[in-house]
Amino acid sequence: MFLARVTGTVVATVKDEGLRARKLLVVRPLDGAGRPLARTLVALDAVGAGMGETVYCCRGKEASFPWLPETVPADASIVGIVDPEANPGLMAHRGARP
Amino acid sequence: MILGRVTGEVVATQKHPSQEGRKLLLVEPEDFAGARAQGAPAGLIALDAVGAGVGERVLVVLDGYAAMSAVERPMSPIDAAVVGIIDRVDALGS
Amino acid sequence: MQLARVIGTVVATRKDPRLEGFKLLVARLQNAEGKDEAGYVVAVDMVGAGAGERVLIVQGSSARMARDGQDKPIDAAIVGIVDTVESHG
Repeated sequence: MFLARVTGTVVATVKDEGLRARKLLVVRPLDGAGRPLARTLVALDAVGAGMGETVYCCRGKEASFPWLPETVPADASIVGIVDPEANPGLMAHRGARP
Repeated sequence: MILGRVTGEVVATQKHPSQEGRKLLLVEPEDFAGARAQGAPAGLIALDAVGAGVGERVLVVLDGYAAMSAVERPMSPIDAAVVGIIDRVDALGS
Repeated sequence: MQLARVIGTVVATRKDPRLEGFKLLVARLQNAEGKDEAGYVVAVDMVGAGAGERVLIVQGSSARMARDGQDKPIDAAIVGIVDTVESHG
């Protein structure tokens, strides 16, 4: 899994059936010190994450497993929300630009 | 598998049920000699299968099937797990 | 998944029979702001995307989780046509 911050949302009307009614979020990976990296990707939300939250994501085919037995074409999914109070070190660079 | 150093523990209350009951470790990938690995994944989070702690040098699987097996959570959204605590790495030859 | 823009098509007469009937598109990866990034992928079109459209791409074995992708030699699929992206940082 990898650390990331939710930085955006994606709206797509025409999409694979497996993605219907699911939330697509833009996430920016963070390094181990919570600093944002220069790239972004789109992840499917499995836990109810929102804009600005620090999360961790699963990658690969396993990213689609929260929705089993439905086959969902996701190669990245948000599987946990990092508690800000319990992880202050990871929040130090919130709002920083890569 | 890769070698890494546990640099932190991450607390997440709201998470997928498959992640409950296992520590979330922040792992810095390292090379053979223990230096930070170039081009390795950043901000790597692995579920703990062996009771590793901050500062320890560990063995990490970066494969879904292997990671799920390690933490005994089949068919779960898990792609990395700490599967060993390294005592030492020996170099062969010069 | 990644955002991308369709920049071309691939025609291949000789190919794995399980790829028959699929449209192969070349897509340039983009960031959330719509700027092109280095790299492109050849992806199987699952949603009827066309030239210039902004799309959502899934890569790796997850691509076979798309509706018509089961048991096919596919490692990248276009699974959505993007209407809007709202991005803040």
